[in-house]
Amino acid sequence: MDFLTIVQISDSALRLATPLLLACLAGLFSERAGIFDIGLEGKILVSAFFSAAVAASTGSVWIGLCAGIAVSVAFSMVHGLASITFQGNQLISGVALNFLASGLTVLVGEAWFSLGGRTPSLAGEARFPNLELPFASAVADIPVLGPIYSDLLSGHTILVYVALLLVPVSWFVLYRTRFGLRLRAVGENPAAVDTAGISVIRLRYTSMVIAGVLCGLAGIYLATGLGSAFGKEMSAGRGYIALAALIFAKWKPVPALGATLLFGLLQAIAIRYPKLDLGIITLPAQFMEALPYILTVIILAGFIGKAIPPKAGGEPYVKER
Amino acid sequence: MEKMPKWADIALIPLLNLTLAFGISMLVILAIGQDPIEAVKLMVSGALGSTYGWGYTLYYATNFIFTGLAVSIAFKAALFNIGGEGQAALGGLGVALVCLYIPFPHWSVAIIFAMLGGAVFGAAWAAIPAYLQAKRGSHVVITTIMFNFIAASLLNYLLVNVLRPKGAMDPASAKFPETTNLPTFHEMLEPLGIAFSKSAPVNISLLIALLACVLVYILMWRTRIGYEIRAFGESPSASVYAGISPLKITMIAMLLSGGLAGMMSINNTMGESERLIINSIEGAGFIGIAVALMGRNHPFGVLLAALLFGFLYQGGGELALWMSIPRELVLVIQGLVILFTGALDNMIRIPVERMFIRAAKRKEA
Repeated sequence: MDFLTIVQISDSALRLATPLLLACLAGLFSERAGIFDIGLEGKILVSAFFSAAVAASTGSVWIGLCAGIAVSVAFSMVHGLASITFQGNQLISGVALNFLASGLTVLVGEAWFSLGGRTPSLAGEARFPNLELPFASAVADIPVLGPIYSDLLSGHTILVYVALLLVPVSWFVLYRTRFGLRLRAVGENPAAVDTAGISVIRLRYTSMVIAGVLCGLAGIYLATGLGSAFGKEMSAGRGYIALAALIFAKWKPVPALGATLLFGLLQAIAIRYPKLDLGIITLPAQFMEALPYILTVIILAGFIGKAIPPKAGGEPYVKER
Repeated sequence: MEKMPKWADIALIPLLNLTLAFGISMLVILAIGQDPIEAVKLMVSGALGSTYGWGYTLYYATNFIFTGLAVSIAFKAALFNIGGEGQAALGGLGVALVCLYIPFPHWSVAIIFAMLGGAVFGAAWAAIPAYLQAKRGSHVVITTIMFNFIAASLLNYLLVNVLRPKGAMDPASAKFPETTNLPTFHEMLEPLGIAFSKSAPVNISLLIALLACVLVYILMWRTRIGYEIRAFGESPSASVYAGISPLKITMIAMLLSGGLAGMMSINNTMGESERLIINSIEGAGFIGIAVALMGRNHPFGVLLAALLFGFLYQGGGELALWMSIPRELVLVIQGLVILFTGALDNMIRIPVERMFIRAAKRKEA
């Protein structure tokens, strides 16, 4: 395997990791506030569909972006309604929203475009352009660092850079602001937050909005950055991989970047080498596909460090009467 | 504390929840520019208007009875088993191995071993998440989701590389020997002089599913272990003081759940396709969640809900054929049913409860 191949695989790993990272951060904000969110998958899917559909109809990816985020946040609000206001089971609500998303995207897509659930191909203004970082072409010939800069780091859509930037931003918001402290507290001990005179309900709804926006971005990247149209079930389990990455990262933003890059890398390798020959054994592509899930189960089993979720996660908060 | 009457709890509230879910589904049909009344008529005639329609409705219902019972047993132990899909897929593998590699003289022997094969494989696939939940505290919801994906990859690998006969193109096992083919309703009813559609896949597995309902009822409400499962589900901490072992109950409930999900494959793999195909479960494991929630985790409720979803599934297929409403409408209905009966239950329950209490007070005064 030569150096250029490594750069190419890393490049595709970064692309594949981006939707995972955005969804993982969405899950981070939601679960840190004490709301389990199995519905990441569904939110990615609806956002991917509506952003692609609106971008195809209006010709502007930015209007598509707004539509994608709006629908994803709307789904988040239903989840909030079920799990915060009506104190229902958060897992069941998430599962329900995932089915709703799979069904609605095809139903609406078929009625809108009659393409069997697909949207028309996006081109030009309806997609995010790849951004050239400054001097990318000038330094391309420098050995080692040149290709890394101009092939690996440069030439992605803006959402990739936004996703990477959101990692330190999330860290700062969670650990260095008053809002972040309260958000983490509400996921550990909502009663204490309530006693301090801060609204648990409001904090949790805020976290749901943040999760909705981030999942929205993940879906938009999927349909208008990574792909160039929406296709049926195009989220392909990414919401669940993001959930796995969240556990892998032990609910922390910087490790979340590492975990999603690792899972992105696994996907990139599986795409490039359908049969990975390691000399002693040949790993089939199906094994690489399953590896993120296998790793997560091992992590969950506590064999590599213990993953402890936020303490109040999954519990609806009932005010004392 | 005052409560509402029992009939309201077990009949009125589910009915209101369902009405909401179906009402919104109608609006969705309207929104995509189709006629909901026309759609309902078509679904009824397509699913119930002929023995062919009934044959498919009951065939799907058989799948959903198994997966619905599976999810409901886990629910009773306060465990949410989302892994029915993977467990059923592994059950299919078990059924296929039994049918392919053991020579059976007659289907009546084959079905017993196939049930065992499916149940053992399904239960084994549920055992690891169950053990991790009971022993290491890893959440069964997350692990069963992961196991669904792992199961899909495993089956994909096995069907492409191991079970596929030489020279065959599609990823599927060889045809099962004819002695393992189950009698369909057409063959069962012919001697009685009842004409039943020849091409409908409903088969003797339906009777086994009905038997499973009865057995699950007896197990859950008439035996000690059933009592322990229910007690553990109501209050894990109290049941520990009553001498119930959480490890034992978690394992037993999940093994039963996985076993039932795995047994589904006698219907679709042994009864219908007569070979192991890829994606043989087609989401039935997930529909089990909706069926269990709608059926209030009671075998009789599960039976009714499975019939309803069998109807929706077959009717939905007809819609895709004759109107431009894709099959995925069923997914929307399924999502709404889970949402309203499962997650948003309090939205209906609280006002209704308040209404009953107010009415009772007025009567007293």
